[in-house]
Amino acid sequence: MTVSPPDDSAPAIEVSHLVKAYNGIPAVNDISFTVGRGEILGFLGPNGAGKSTTMRILTGYLPATGGSVRVFGLPVASRAEEVKRLIGFMPENNPLPEDMRVSEYLYYRGRLKEVPRSRLSVRLDEVLALCDLTRVRHRILGQLSKGNRQRVGIAEAILAEPPLIIMDEPTIGLDPHQILIVRDLIARLRGRMTVILSSHILPEIEMTCDRVLIINRGQVVAQGSPAALRREFLGRSAYELEVAGDLEVLPAVLGQVDPSLRLEPPLSPEAGQSIEFQRLRVVTDREDDLGEPLLHALVAAPRLRVRGLRRAEPSLEDVFLASTQRSWDVVDGAPRPGGA
Amino acid sequence: MRHFFTILNQEIRMLLVSPSTFIAAVLFLAIMGFVFAGILESYSAAPQENSPASVFFQYFWLPVFFMVPLLTMKCLAEERRLGTLETLLTTPVTTTEVVLGKFGAAYFLYMLLWASTGGFFYVLQHFAGDARFVDRGPLIGGYVFIAVSGLLFIAIGVFASSLSRNQAVAGIGAFALLFGLISGLSFVEGMAVLDLEVLRPLKEAVAYAQVFQHLEDFSRGIVDTRQLLFYLSGTVLALIFSILGVEAKLLHG
Repeated sequence: MTVSPPDDSAPAIEVSHLVKAYNGIPAVNDISFTVGRGEILGFLGPNGAGKSTTMRILTGYLPATGGSVRVFGLPVASRAEEVKRLIGFMPENNPLPEDMRVSEYLYYRGRLKEVPRSRLSVRLDEVLALCDLTRVRHRILGQLSKGNRQRVGIAEAILAEPPLIIMDEPTIGLDPHQILIVRDLIARLRGRMTVILSSHILPEIEMTCDRVLIINRGQVVAQGSPAALRREFLGRSAYELEVAGDLEVLPAVLGQVDPSLRLEPPLSPEAGQSIEFQRLRVVTDREDDLGEPLLHALVAAPRLRVRGLRRAEPSLEDVFLASTQRSWDVVDGAPRPGGA
Repeated sequence: MRHFFTILNQEIRMLLVSPSTFIAAVLFLAIMGFVFAGILESYSAAPQENSPASVFFQYFWLPVFFMVPLLTMKCLAEERRLGTLETLLTTPVTTTEVVLGKFGAAYFLYMLLWASTGGFFYVLQHFAGDARFVDRGPLIGGYVFIAVSGLLFIAIGVFASSLSRNQAVAGIGAFALLFGLISGLSFVEGMAVLDLEVLRPLKEAVAYAQVFQHLEDFSRGIVDTRQLLFYLSGTVLALIFSILGVEAKLLHG
């Protein structure tokens, strides 16, 4: 039983000018974004940025202070009950009742999510197998390990096969092996369901998500695919060299290859001759690969010895730091409490 | 209301595996057993005016004060403390269904425990072999009173639980509210200040809300619709406040 969204053409999520204030203090401040069907969107942001608050508003659990949210064309504010049928939600820290068994809990949740009784037991077995929980299905929730608890949360979110899945920090507290299982799980949902997930683990987001939304201080500071974000925030490629010899000629050699190539940080005046190999960073504004001409020029330079040349890939981490830093520079204001 | 029975079923199961339910049950049956034995002793010592049943139900307040808080303190407070209220309310379930489901489960258990005291009267009839001891009128009247007043008492407990995320605070809150309703109002009725002409409507209102008086009427077989209305409207009001209590915490964090 896959719940089908009512409007076939509307995007999965449309958020426009969303505002949420706790006692007058804004936790989410004028956020707008759209998520297409079947897309996997990653939410990134420092603690207290408004990620969880935004997710809770999307699920219809929290009312917004201003702006509008539509899920598959349905306004969340006025038709929350229908919207809740279309969403599988796993909240932060995944709270579970302590004294129920895994299968018992999932059965109860399935009933609440209106999975027909005849379909439920089959679906339960499927979900337990998918989340690798079959071995612990009769265990009591309060005695499960952190990893198993997280997986029960994911199982619960996908149980009713909703078209939209929202997960707040699904991989928090998991070991690398379990993270791999969760990543596989999300990859398997690709194309069938729209997924929004937030995480602190940046490689995680980079590997699983089609698009990333970076939130800081209640505002969207960047959005796009990880590659597009790199271009936008770091704007240039970098190369790492390992060279020895007469380093003073290096700027001239770089200038011959391309005028935009420069050392960063620049060489100190006393660098001069160096017998030891040194690791240096060269940046350029050009996006195309200058690796080959650069290598040729370095090898051809008579007083330089080259041991390595590598194009440095900026990670999402750099983008994250750059974008949140930029928004801190722009937005002025006291640190605000509430809403992680 | 389609999820009401799912939640009710679940809550009854959870109450049946919860230690506090068993503590409440053991305390309840022990105390009521002692009360009943005491009543029988006084009957064997000297002739009495009232039937054992009507005297027995005079002690209804004793279990109400501790049993209702024990049965209800957990229901909403614990869910909010664990954060499971959030997962519950992100499914297509309304706050009303959640509150009514929890109320229904606690009420079911409350009535189950009271029903078990029926065994006392059965034992009495069986061994005394004398139908005079078990006077059907006061017995049925007493149980009807318990069933009707229980609605309000449990609803008050649920309301107290909706106000706090701490079970102990919810329990003490329920106790205080019940104490105010049952004992406080009978104390207020006796206050001389209410004899003032200006306060006459207040005096009438207080006289109308005397729980002990209601019990006496029920035991005599008088079912006054005003009293039924008092309990039913009080129950509805307490449940509406519980729903608002849960939703207000969502609105204001």
